[in-house]
Amino acid sequence: MKDKIAIKVDDLTVAYNFKPVLWDVDLSIPEGVLMAIVGPNGAGKSTLIKAMLDIVKPIAGTIEIFGKPYKKQYKEVAYVPQKGSVDWDFPTTALDVVLMGTYGSLGWIKRPGKTEKKEALEALEKVGMLEFRSRQISQLSGGQQQRVFLARALVQKASIYIMDEPFQGVDATTEKAIINILKELRKSGKTVVVVHHDLQTVPEYFDWVTFLNVKKIATGSVKDIFNDDNLTKTYGINYKVSLLQ
Amino acid sequence: MTSAQIEIQLIACIVAVACAIPGTFLVLRKMAMISDAISHSILPGIVIGFFLTEDLNSPWLILLAAFSGILTVVLVEYIQKTGLVKEDTAIGLVFPSLFSIGVILIAKNAGDVHLDVDAVLLGELAFAPFDRMIIGGADMGPKSLWVIGIILLVTLTLLLAFFKELKISTFDKQLAATLGFSPVIMHYGLMTVASVTTVGAFDAVGAILVVALMIAPPAMAYLLTNNLKKMLLIASGFGIIGAILGYWVAHWLDASIAGSITTVLGVLFFLIYMFSPNRGLISVLYRQKRQEVEVHLLTFLLHLQNHSEKSERHINHLNEHINWHKVRAQSVLDLALKNNMITIDDSIISLTEKGKTFTSEAINYIITNKSAAIEEMKDRFFLFRG
Amino acid sequence: MSVQEYFSLVFSDYTLRTITLGTAILGIVCGMLGSFAVLRKQSLLGDAISHAALPGIVIAFLITGAKTSNTLLIGALISGLIGTFWISGIIKKTHLKSDTALGLILSLFFGFGMLLLTFVQKMPDAQQAGLDKYLFGQAATLVESDVWLMAVVMGISLLVLIIFWKEFKVLHFDPDYSKSLGINTKLLDVLITTLIVMAIVIGLQTVGVVLMSAMLLAPAAAARQWTNNLGIMVFLASLFGALSGIFGTAISATSNNLPTGPVIVLIAAAIVVISFVFSPGRGILFREIRHWKNRNDLQLHKTLYFMFEIAKTHNDISHPHKIKILNNFQGYTRNSLKNLEDRAYITVDGPMWSLTQKGYDKAMNLYNQQDNTHD
Repeated sequence: MKDKIAIKVDDLTVAYNFKPVLWDVDLSIPEGVLMAIVGPNGAGKSTLIKAMLDIVKPIAGTIEIFGKPYKKQYKEVAYVPQKGSVDWDFPTTALDVVLMGTYGSLGWIKRPGKTEKKEALEALEKVGMLEFRSRQISQLSGGQQQRVFLARALVQKASIYIMDEPFQGVDATTEKAIINILKELRKSGKTVVVVHHDLQTVPEYFDWVTFLNVKKIATGSVKDIFNDDNLTKTYGINYKVSLLQ
Repeated sequence: MTSAQIEIQLIACIVAVACAIPGTFLVLRKMAMISDAISHSILPGIVIGFFLTEDLNSPWLILLAAFSGILTVVLVEYIQKTGLVKEDTAIGLVFPSLFSIGVILIAKNAGDVHLDVDAVLLGELAFAPFDRMIIGGADMGPKSLWVIGIILLVTLTLLLAFFKELKISTFDKQLAATLGFSPVIMHYGLMTVASVTTVGAFDAVGAILVVALMIAPPAMAYLLTNNLKKMLLIASGFGIIGAILGYWVAHWLDASIAGSITTVLGVLFFLIYMFSPNRGLISVLYRQKRQEVEVHLLTFLLHLQNHSEKSERHINHLNEHINWHKVRAQSVLDLALKNNMITIDDSIISLTEKGKTFTSEAINYIITNKSAAIEEMKDRFFLFRG
Repeated sequence: MSVQEYFSLVFSDYTLRTITLGTAILGIVCGMLGSFAVLRKQSLLGDAISHAALPGIVIAFLITGAKTSNTLLIGALISGLIGTFWISGIIKKTHLKSDTALGLILSLFFGFGMLLLTFVQKMPDAQQAGLDKYLFGQAATLVESDVWLMAVVMGISLLVLIIFWKEFKVLHFDPDYSKSLGINTKLLDVLITTLIVMAIVIGLQTVGVVLMSAMLLAPAAAARQWTNNLGIMVFLASLFGALSGIFGTAISATSNNLPTGPVIVLIAAAIVVISFVFSPGRGILFREIRHWKNRNDLQLHKTLYFMFEIAKTHNDISHPHKIKILNNFQGYTRNSLKNLEDRAYITVDGPMWSLTQKGYDKAMNLYNQQDNTHD
């Protein structure tokens, strides 16, 4: 089942202000996995997914989404950015934000119509945010905001979902709700890539994992590679799986 | 040189230094635009002061105008605190409103008041020597020289007395607060000095030149040094150079003195912006270009180290897989060869011993987030830089 | 002439009509594009650009000797754009911050313009050049061709906004996300910046260098307070801009010695103040009322909770207690007792009070909430 490659990263090197943050990363993400990217602060996790999304230009290497460059495949990919990148005081409501998810598939000048609105409301319902649809985005709690962004990604009806720290500053209920939706997505054959901070929940949430610290340390199924050896290699100190619990 | 010429230059120089001192702190505190706001919103203060005193150099007028400068700061901060608009918008709303009130006050009383918005905004330094300070029948020199001289003296005294506090509250607000210096007092103190200086200088040089003198010399100094004391000295120096040079350019072209001084400052800024040894555009671009090649070299060496298989190390792979253009691939290859980092054998590239050591050390530094150490390493290993 | 007379004359009098139309259209353009300037956090760019346009105007005049405003405005546009891109160059390539870059370009360009202006003043027909109007604005000098130019700029801006509406929206809300949708963000940035510079340039003749920034910001800042919808915000900003333009012109035309630009700006500023204070969602007044109410409710809840603590020791929750025992409690006042009775949380009978079922439930609710927050 896991023979088709969703995202293929080859010899990827990225430098910010000419300081390398990712070095020679090779990575193949099979279709249909729910994958965590883990690593210490400054390991280049966000950079890796931004490179996948063509937001950051690499100085070397190639990235292919289902065998083609991102520019030709952007409709296949839905992105949930880190919360810091958003203008919270922007005049927009929760529903409006979710509708933005349809912008990529709408053509020139076209505005979201009835169908798009219906889809957006469904997505809001799915993340349990229907009753907050006309709230201004800054009037929502951190968890609610994250749910809205997930809903926005859902209406994109993509094959690949890429999320930057979706559990950052989020309440426990929201975290559960989000992970359930992600698991559902995986069940329906989608590929989900998540930058993740909390090592403790990796085995419970994910089936695939990539250890990253500037270089790629390891990638594979959680069962096979989520072990003391890789944790230590990534975090430098004597990390043990048993210590996480 | 006539004595009027000397007096004009003297006034210009003193204004320049008096502006450079608060200006340096404004630039460092990322508040440069507040000087523009103050320079415009003192207008209503000046107009009302002028109604009352009929004298542009009266201390009352200066106080009143400085007060409307401070009022600007207070209003801007109040609006910012409400969170209704984003930070800069508050400035952009307040000063045109106050300026409008000033313009309307002038227009409504045009018959009685000989005050010109042109004069406030543009100033005319050439007329400064005509307004003399006469005490007991004795000519004590131009009034504006006295006004701005006193302001400079007060500014210098305050600077010397509170240098440490100013420095700390500029660079580390929290530390300043824990040490017991109120950042609020420092802030308003600075704003008061900036307002008073603007008011004291506008009648000689105009509001816009005040802004230029407050921002341009400190900005130039900031492109040359990080040291606060040096920055203050360099900024004052540039201010004086701009003032004197500007005066003579104006003399030679028979043009507006304020305009010439600003233009000279503009040319000076352009030169420093381009050629400053570490932070100028050329040096930044050169360094970026070099670092770009060097980062590519590091990438390439690391790639060699990571992959033992021959296909990954073939010369053609550079273009195909790593996705580099031919030109760049060639320059990286040349640099690596020149530095004895690689050998090429039958189109297959291998790392030399030196290349291997360099690569392992480099990755070590980067993973431990000590990228600063890379520069030192480059010095050790590189015979030729990119 | 009174303001009413003015409005009856507006349609018949050519000059009045031209000027009013001009300031109204300018208000619309500024409101429309100013909304984006504010959202882009480029509020002060307007101020810098309007100053930076001066040397362009003067150079255009020196080269062509033209008196038509269109030629001069092309000069203004070019030097405004050079200023804009130099500002972003300074921010990107040096460690000088945006405020310093803005202030530098503003003052240096303007000073250079002043220097050039002295040459114009030496020319024989200097008086007719009328370059002064760009400094302080003179709406009275607007002629039909100026109004046409403004209308064209309005048309272009409207068209661009309609075509790229959703792209602009998502770009300014969430730039990273918009890149992931395959949107060319660089192109859009250049496009909107160019439009903003155009709006500033056509406004110079009417309101002048200094007041241009308020013309751009004030309608947008006011509009933002009334809505959480970008479309409505842009519409309201245009409306506020147009109203400021029309009423500003009317007031200044109907009284002696009132320059148009400052009056327009003060009307726009008045709209801002009204919006800041009275907007129902965000306004200061309603916010204060809400705060005050919340504080009051909190007091009341504390009292109720105190009563609950007393009442729950009895089997019968409605068992009467003496009002006197409440004196030990700090938050208690006659007024709060009355308030609680009004809400039917308690009943008062002479010197005794007793909790109602409703009051008990409410207090229970508060108790549970408090419990939750302790988790």
